[in-house]
Amino acid sequence: MTPNENPAADPDQERSSECPAQAASAEPLAAAKTTTSRRDFLKAGGMLSLSSLMGTGALMAQSDDARAAIEWAEHFQGNYRLMTPKEKAEARARLEKRYSAEYAKKVTVDGTEAQPNVLMGYALNVRKCIGCRRCVKACVAENNQSRGPDAGQRIEWIQVLKMERGEFSKEKMNQGYPEGLGIQVGGNAYSPAGAVLEGQYHYEPAAVPEKDATYMPIACMQCEKPPCVKVCPVRTTYREPDGVVVIDYNWCIGCRMCMGACPYWARRFNVANPVLPKEEMNPVTHYLGNRPRMRGVVEKCHWCLQRTRQGRYPACVEVCPVGARKFGNLLDPESEVSLILARKNVFRLKAEMNTFPKFFYFYD
Amino acid sequence: MSFAPDYFRYILKGSMKFYAWMGFLAILSAIALYGFYLQNTEGLIVTGLTSQIHDGLYFANLVFLVGVAAGAVTIVFPAYVHHHKAMHEVTVLGEMLAISAVIMVMLFVFAHMGRPDRLWHMLPYIGIYNLPGSMLGWDVLVLTGYLLLNFVCGFYFLYVKYSGGTINKKFFMPLIYISIVWALSIHTVTAFLISTLAARPMWFHSVMPIRFIVTAFAAGPCLIILAFLTIRKNTKLWIQDEAINLLSLIITWCLGIALFLTLSEVVVELYARTEHANGLYYLMFGLHGLTKLVPWFWGSLIAMIVAFVMFLIPSVRTNYKLLPIASVLGFGGIWVEKGMGLVVPGFIPTPIGEVTEYYPTMIEIMMTIGLWALGFFILTILLKGAIGILLGEVRYGGAAAKPIDVASSGKTAAYESR
Repeated sequence: MTPNENPAADPDQERSSECPAQAASAEPLAAAKTTTSRRDFLKAGGMLSLSSLMGTGALMAQSDDARAAIEWAEHFQGNYRLMTPKEKAEARARLEKRYSAEYAKKVTVDGTEAQPNVLMGYALNVRKCIGCRRCVKACVAENNQSRGPDAGQRIEWIQVLKMERGEFSKEKMNQGYPEGLGIQVGGNAYSPAGAVLEGQYHYEPAAVPEKDATYMPIACMQCEKPPCVKVCPVRTTYREPDGVVVIDYNWCIGCRMCMGACPYWARRFNVANPVLPKEEMNPVTHYLGNRPRMRGVVEKCHWCLQRTRQGRYPACVEVCPVGARKFGNLLDPESEVSLILARKNVFRLKAEMNTFPKFFYFYD
Repeated sequence: MSFAPDYFRYILKGSMKFYAWMGFLAILSAIALYGFYLQNTEGLIVTGLTSQIHDGLYFANLVFLVGVAAGAVTIVFPAYVHHHKAMHEVTVLGEMLAISAVIMVMLFVFAHMGRPDRLWHMLPYIGIYNLPGSMLGWDVLVLTGYLLLNFVCGFYFLYVKYSGGTINKKFFMPLIYISIVWALSIHTVTAFLISTLAARPMWFHSVMPIRFIVTAFAAGPCLIILAFLTIRKNTKLWIQDEAINLLSLIITWCLGIALFLTLSEVVVELYARTEHANGLYYLMFGLHGLTKLVPWFWGSLIAMIVAFVMFLIPSVRTNYKLLPIASVLGFGGIWVEKGMGLVVPGFIPTPIGEVTEYYPTMIEIMMTIGLWALGFFILTILLKGAIGILLGEVRYGGAAAKPIDVASSGKTAAYESR
């Protein structure tokens, strides 16, 4: 049964005698329409694919003039850690050219390696933090994070958790589950107190610190056994010899496995093309640090490599108005952090995860 | 080599219904291509992804489709290990499904990645391939291997049928056995991808791999049954009742085990109701007033239970008017439970406790539909070509050659005399 047969209208039919039409629907009236529609379909399909290919080609070739010539070589560069020093210098020079053109100022991309006998460590005094979030803002300013009108264009590496003091009241005592069921829940269960891993952490009071809250900032813990490094399929994130976990932004494929693996929610994703106004851009950058990123890559705190490898403090440490943040070399017994570890009550977040963070919390 | 021209010439001819179907799929695929263009110029901000919930529809669908690809083993295994005659006739159709499903997985991977233009970074030697550390590295390896295995096995079989020769068992059978074991591995590794993330308590338990396998072996055959019934209705290939009934039996078992595993997860997590259970609680009852996924969860649970009961009753299972309904319910239920119902709640709350919700955008939804359409486009082409060769309508030498009958072919006799 070949409903498509209309020999006069379709010369193709004669060739295809061994391949009759599949379907059982016999519509002789539609025969003429079918043969023309097959050709039209193929034509239309061909036009569609051709035009979309052309369109894609045109769009890919289209780009800003200053950036276009440089981006081609940048696109094919290898992983930074495996480059020779000469290749690294070339990569940095390319980026300097590109950033300088894009941000209309002289941008430097430093490549200072890890210094010997340095293992960076950080300590934060939870008793002192007042939740002012100046560290958050300073980090954004120093590290060229995207900032734009859309929520997806705003990235902040530091998250400040608000911990409640707790309200256990006599009124609630008998408000739990009744005795008879054998399920005992006291009336003051579910009363918030301290760090509760359930809730939202955006607070905007008129003044901080608020009466019934304490605050705990969290950013990348720079773990000694980082789960993010383990899961990266292209090894773009890795632990540098001085202890900082870094990302080669040009190598990241944006699979976000590292974001899933991090127990501290330290990593952020560039969902958009980063919005970074020229005037606000910090031109002193480090290749593995605060250089401007691109869409589709992951970024996170790197303890301000552009500062710390030059012997300065990270921006958050400098800006903290109450001196809650301390930074130093863990291998130097006289550094601030080593002294804190030796003398204060120190703890780490989620220690049971065996990530061995180098970001310590303490109270005194 | 006339195989390719003959094959393509056969595929390109069809009825009005065929062209309407393919045209419809092509339009949806074009939308997906447009979405892909948007994502690669504006970034993933056109989707509803955030740094809090950074795996959404695309990841959910790719995880589900790995399962569908693995489900092809429910045809290959009975056919070649148990010498199930009815399945044996249609094994190659299962392999075609596996090929399309793996291609769909790769399409969704491209949609999901932040920088698909940098995929070459994963190639060994040119880039860096992180084995044995990275589960995603293993996943890419096993998926690529599975695609190649099915491609080689399927098209070797088709080519031999086309040219009227006999299968070289020394070459073919080891590949078939490897592909059976490999099918299990693709979905186990995909389960490991999320179940090894200690930071995500909703996934970090050892029931995840077995849950993946049984839901795959329930959802895959549901789709295969629907495909087989469609093939019966629209082509000359008659797939035996025994093949379809065996698939229904497999679904019954696997759906039952899947429901049991869901039940054990619910009991274990909600008995103590620690903060680790927050993801599941969000899915089932909502958290802090955010309840978007609650109707999806209960709907999928009801769908799976109804499907299970329908499959359980033999008179319903063998009633081919009710079987499509049960299959659709089973497939849809598992798609929700394993896709959105597993991936999204894993991120709620974030590891440090922020509770947010995921709102997929229209572009994301259309792109998902479009990529499914593209996958079905490829599936239809592959199935059509395979059916043409199985029926003997595409064979070397055209009309002049002797037609080969599927049931009594020399190859079948060769297999059975092992």
